[in-house]
Amino acid sequence: MLKDREFYLRRLHSLLGIIPVGLFLTQHFVVNHYATRGPDAFNAAAHVMEGLPFRLFLEWFVIFLPLMFHAFYGLYIGFTAKNNANRYGTFRNWMFVFQRITGVFLVVFIAWHIFETRFQAAIGAKEVDFNMMADILANPFMFAFYVAGVVAATFHFANGIWSFLVSWGITQSPRSQQISTYVSIIIFLALTVIGVQSLFAFV
Amino acid sequence: MNATATKTVVLEILRQDTTESTPYWEKFELNYRPNMNVISALMEIRRNPINSEGKETTPVNWDMNCLEEVCGACSMVINGRPRQSCTALIDKLEQPIRLEPMKTFPVVRDLIVDRTRMFDALKKVKAWVPIDGTYDLGEGPRMPERKRQWAYELSKCMTCGVCMEACPNVNSESNFVGPQVLSQVRLMNAHPTGSMNKDERLNILMGDGGLANCGNSQNCVASCPKGIPITTSIAALNRDTSIQMFKNFFGSDHMVD
Repeated sequence: MLKDREFYLRRLHSLLGIIPVGLFLTQHFVVNHYATRGPDAFNAAAHVMEGLPFRLFLEWFVIFLPLMFHAFYGLYIGFTAKNNANRYGTFRNWMFVFQRITGVFLVVFIAWHIFETRFQAAIGAKEVDFNMMADILANPFMFAFYVAGVVAATFHFANGIWSFLVSWGITQSPRSQQISTYVSIIIFLALTVIGVQSLFAFV
Repeated sequence: MNATATKTVVLEILRQDTTESTPYWEKFELNYRPNMNVISALMEIRRNPINSEGKETTPVNWDMNCLEEVCGACSMVINGRPRQSCTALIDKLEQPIRLEPMKTFPVVRDLIVDRTRMFDALKKVKAWVPIDGTYDLGEGPRMPERKRQWAYELSKCMTCGVCMEACPNVNSESNFVGPQVLSQVRLMNAHPTGSMNKDERLNILMGDGGLANCGNSQNCVASCPKGIPITTSIAALNRDTSIQMFKNFFGSDHMVD
């Protein structure tokens, strides 16, 4: 049954990666960037997000459910590939490999990240604020883990935009695919700078 | 190792006696002749099946037909890359030359593989123009000349299987139909008579193991010996199936145009 739905599942996987997961990622990075303006600005922004109406509904339907589908179906996709970049060392083949490596890493990273922040808040153990992140990132290993998580996420999203455009048949010609590669590189660099800047603001 | 200076050609061949048996490497050293290709080297081994240790062995089996890179039969993995052995010139290859079968396909014996799955895929997607009937259907619609020239590039596919071997998503873990057949769907859908069954082919590609399994590594287009724009075809079919998906769900009077 699932096999016959493969086309729709893959299209759904492609769509959810951009809307809402990719959009949420961008929004998350933008709000986190308040950290560069100091603890008070970050806490105020975090409280606005916390206080959004219909918060649980938004979290489940805009973040958790699409993210889980994208993650678990993505793992299946990732592990059905037989990577051969040693044989075909083209740019696109490397992107194919990195998309899968970052995807698997992100499942681990995001699971840990949610456990460490949102889950702790949900069970009432901690409060999500500037100090929480500052405590986590004070550990150099966790800081490196978070930098890797941010770079993996921005790469996976930027390269995912490129393959979204191909998978839905928007970019057909080699030239349009080339230009969307450049655009995805710019998105990758911009989001990486925003994300890493925010991380440095906590230490 | 400069074997041409000593006027020999060294080949390492991954051999397999039966479909189920374990593969093993065997080394051969041949006298160099000018203008040799991999096939003439294999013919030399067939003539005198003695390996580099001086022991008599069974002749190496391989598949071949046209010897001018249009039939696709002699494809094998040469120095790590799938390609046709008829156009693999010894002078242009690094030695020792390593020959392996394209293991994406079931190995029949030595370098011979069973490429049936590609022909089955062509049948599955109805890669033909249906004109059979109980009476003469007459002439079909005219194809614009410029479109014919464009479509000719897609028709160069010789079902050699190199793109299948190069694709990371064509493997035993996945039932992906592979890049080879996708360009042929685009070719048949572009044909004025063939397009009368366009929706059928697209719906087949939207089924199990179809188009959606493509992961955009673009190895197929990089490896195709005929230079077929396979990834452009895949993107074109992605667009066609996107539209077909909406037509199927919302309904349309333009299923067949």
